[in-house]
Amino acid sequence: MMHSLKQIFPRHDLIAFAILAAILAIVFPLTMDIFRLNLVGKYLTYAFVALGLVLCWGYGGILSLGQGIFFGLGGYCMAMFLKLEASSPENTAIQSTPGIPDFMDWNQLTELPWFWEPFHSLPFTLFAVIAVPTVFAFFIGVAMFKRRVGGVYFAIITQAIAAILTILIIGQQGFTGGVNGITDLRTFLGWDIRTDSAKYLLYFVNLVLLFICLVIAQCVRKNKLGRILVAMRVREERVRFSGYDVSNFKIFVFCLGALFSALGGAMFTLQVGFMSPTFVGIVPSIEMVILCAVGGRLSILGAIYGALLVNFAKTSFSETFPELWLFAMGALFISVVLFFPNGLASLYQEYVLPWIKARFKPRVKTKPEAKVESKAKPQPELSEATDDSANLPAGARYEN
Amino acid sequence: MFAEYSASELTAIFAMQGFAGLILFSVLVLMALGLAIIFGQMGVINMAHGEFMILGAYITYLTSNVFAEYLPSLFVGYFFVAMILAFGVTFLLGMAVEWGLIRFLYKRPLDTLLATWGLSLILQQLYRTIFGAREVGVSLPDWMMGSYALTDIIEVPINGIFVMILTLVIALGVYWLMYKSGWGRQVRAVVQNRPMASAVGINTEKVDRVTFGLGCGIAGIAGSAFTMIGSTGPTSGQLYIVDTFLVVVFGGAQSLLGTIASAFSISQAQSTMEFFLSGSMAKVLTLLFVVGILMLRPQGLFAMKIRH
Amino acid sequence: MKIRSGIKTKVTGLLKKLALPLAISLAANPLAQADEVNSTGLAVTEDTVKVGILHSVTGTMAISETGSVQAEKLAIEQINAMGGVLGRKIEYVQEDGASDWPTFAEKSKKLLVNDKVAAVFGCWTSASRKAVLPVFEQYNGMLYYPTFYEGLEQSPNVIYTGQEATQQILAGIDWVVKNKGAKKFFLLGSDYIWPRTSNKIARKHIQKLGLKVVGEEYYPLGHTQFNSVINKIKLKKPDVIYAIVVGGSNVAFYKQLKAAGIDMTKEKPLVLTISVTEDEILGIGGENIEGAYAAMKYFQSIENQNNESFVSAFKKRWGDDIVIGDVTQAAYLGPWLWKAAVEKAGSFDIDKVRAASPGIELTTAPEGYVRIHENHHLWSKTRIGHAQADGQYDIVYETKELMEPNPFPKGYQ
Repeated sequence: MMHSLKQIFPRHDLIAFAILAAILAIVFPLTMDIFRLNLVGKYLTYAFVALGLVLCWGYGGILSLGQGIFFGLGGYCMAMFLKLEASSPENTAIQSTPGIPDFMDWNQLTELPWFWEPFHSLPFTLFAVIAVPTVFAFFIGVAMFKRRVGGVYFAIITQAIAAILTILIIGQQGFTGGVNGITDLRTFLGWDIRTDSAKYLLYFVNLVLLFICLVIAQCVRKNKLGRILVAMRVREERVRFSGYDVSNFKIFVFCLGALFSALGGAMFTLQVGFMSPTFVGIVPSIEMVILCAVGGRLSILGAIYGALLVNFAKTSFSETFPELWLFAMGALFISVVLFFPNGLASLYQEYVLPWIKARFKPRVKTKPEAKVESKAKPQPELSEATDDSANLPAGARYEN
Repeated sequence: MFAEYSASELTAIFAMQGFAGLILFSVLVLMALGLAIIFGQMGVINMAHGEFMILGAYITYLTSNVFAEYLPSLFVGYFFVAMILAFGVTFLLGMAVEWGLIRFLYKRPLDTLLATWGLSLILQQLYRTIFGAREVGVSLPDWMMGSYALTDIIEVPINGIFVMILTLVIALGVYWLMYKSGWGRQVRAVVQNRPMASAVGINTEKVDRVTFGLGCGIAGIAGSAFTMIGSTGPTSGQLYIVDTFLVVVFGGAQSLLGTIASAFSISQAQSTMEFFLSGSMAKVLTLLFVVGILMLRPQGLFAMKIRH
Repeated sequence: MKIRSGIKTKVTGLLKKLALPLAISLAANPLAQADEVNSTGLAVTEDTVKVGILHSVTGTMAISETGSVQAEKLAIEQINAMGGVLGRKIEYVQEDGASDWPTFAEKSKKLLVNDKVAAVFGCWTSASRKAVLPVFEQYNGMLYYPTFYEGLEQSPNVIYTGQEATQQILAGIDWVVKNKGAKKFFLLGSDYIWPRTSNKIARKHIQKLGLKVVGEEYYPLGHTQFNSVINKIKLKKPDVIYAIVVGGSNVAFYKQLKAAGIDMTKEKPLVLTISVTEDEILGIGGENIEGAYAAMKYFQSIENQNNESFVSAFKKRWGDDIVIGDVTQAAYLGPWLWKAAVEKAGSFDIDKVRAASPGIELTTAPEGYVRIHENHHLWSKTRIGHAQADGQYDIVYETKELMEPNPFPKGYQ
């Protein structure tokens, strides 16, 4: 099933990737001070989650309201490693038991709990950042999709799981840091992550990881898998009758989304310097969904732009009119759903792209794909269907 | 575990815990009924359900202030007026929301979730702007806050009985509306087969609007009643949302009887565990129990077979 | 007990690294750089000085933090009316923490790095303070933190204007034991660090007195059903219910307690709390908590000259029907303590203000008299209030001496 590079990256996608890379890797670092750049870095960690949601929700039709679980698990794994490093016996000499994290000391723990021990090791931590959330997602996925739980039920169950996990983390504060989270993280293998130079470097590490995830997402999208996902979302029964095991595809894409989220969480911990149970809860999980919806639930690049735009707006709005921000955020939710179900990406595809094509007609080859798309435009119902679902029989686009 | 108590105390434990469980049961039913109508019958996920409840609570607060100011002699009975007003206002707001927002989204249930979440943010900020960020205290007539002593240990809170009676009345009312009245027949017809219902002359748009309004109205009454046992602030509504959805989903979305059965099992499980375990663990175990059963039986306790 | 001295040297090292960008930003404002009251490039001009206010005005914590914002603004306005600090009017930059801890960290960094404020008055929950603490230590800022809290912390960059746990707890328990003959205690709290730590201290103290704890229970934040625990309380028949329930749960707990037939005015059992200020009673309703006792350092009903003028100024500024709780008063102290320290140091420089802070006293404080301890907490009296139906507390007791703040209490950990 080797696909040629050209198939995975058609020319206009390549250009779009390049533009995004240029903005994030060149324009932002040159025009922003490190404080703002660090903020962008933080926003981009949410973009990992939004990217995972594009695959799960946009393509697979699985709306998870619990992506914060995986963001949090990834972040906590990283935070446990950093916290152990920050709690060396010398740093914690004042405690009754030196050498364990401060919050454990406050909770009368006298030795490190067994599940913290392995986090002394960096390789194990990196493995855990990836494995713990993915395995957790796998179990949830197997339990739900094998029994054909989907749609709204899935959304609400993931929400309940997020609630359970939050209560557990807050309640077991001796082991987890409780509602305060794991704070005051300082060094990564002796390297002070709070310095400006470290923040620059982390920003670029974050960027590289994000682009790796983007390429993986693009491969999924352009692969047979991507088409099966869309087909499943649109007419699950038909895919099942065609001999595919629908649940396996769902489990795979859900795990992939969890993995992306976990990477985002780990990078969040590194860049912001702490992790707290607020991310595991319901509210951030739903906010992640809106990032994805604003960007365009079918567009992997849209997810990145959505994450940046919403968070920029949030920061600047709340600096000037904190009260207005909630109104604006609420209106954003409603208007995206009502007027732009495919988010920014649909604006781009409906207005900007035709305009560019009209201007540069001689240079851009008209592709058969694009024709189908322009035919599909007049019917609003079909705006759900971009180039990917255009391969499906017309009837399948109905009833989403 | 029981060794330290005498036999009469043990009887009292079980009696009181049973009663606490019944109160919790009534509270859950009251929270969930409105949502069960909206979610179960219409397939709309109303994340602003908690905010509709708090609107009911705020209406109660305003009514109590008006009565205390202008009609102090009638204050003992203001609560009934407040509940009617709470129902009326939330019912109208619900219809307006259906008209302005929900009716465009019937084909996309997951999108109703996002849109109503946005609505809940707007309502929260609206409450904060109008009523202030602080919680408001709703003063209740004295007769509602007392308790009735059955024995030395067993005391029955009057507001608990009030909530139970209210729940019973509303549940019966909903049952009558949905299964005995002409309008309920229309609703069920629309749920089961929309094009056919429309073809036989049912105004499906109107049915949708009134159904949504009714769900919101019941939320308003619930909110009004909860001023007796809970807080009233701009964000208080969020406290209820996860529990409410779990009750509805656990019961099997399309079945009102299922909602009641699920509220019963969740409340009994929770209040029993709360007695033997710490509060936090009881909550975690209750949620796990519900999620676990839902994984085994995704369609909920009572599933109804319908044609799509 | 200097626990953070290692960090301090790191911080100064960092500041040196930051010197270049700072110098560039200061080029726009040569006056300030030359000024000897401000040698580190804070936002100080010839006639103004910038400070930050960082609280949640949106989200679930806005319920509690509103009072603090109002108090801090009032104090700043009053200081300005008196001519400001070192002849400079205070300008505040207000940021919204949105009840979200990462947002608090982000905003505190913005205040320190972009706005270069000379001090920040803010935070409410421990979690928000823990989130901003590394930022304040890294960029060497000064935070005035108003809430009573669990202790176990002492940062050179924070002045804690509320009480730490032992100040609030010990006096209260001693008082119920002595005056009410309490022997059996039931500890109850919301499930997070402050109630758990406080109850731990309470339990140790109760056991030291040779008395008994008959139960200890925690419920998740936002829990609204307390009938089961009320049943347990009825069975265990404690003399005192020691309640540290917070937020929306508070309202539910007291309403259900009353409805279950536990009449607090009969004091059988007696309810002693450290988490219900006049602000919370507003939501609970005075008639639902009448008869409970609260142990904290400030009640609106304190009778003295300072408090009278404070209460009337507060009402004039924010409306007649407003109430003032313990944290609101502590927040009000922040700007005044900062002003006194700046004037003593003769400079806005953080290091000089920090050095000047211990020993600063405030004779004009609404609670009476306070003094900053070496450990950055306040010496203050603890009072016992008896809740009345009108939502106010009657003060039934106050400690004779100022209680010494002891954030790392030996024998209670």
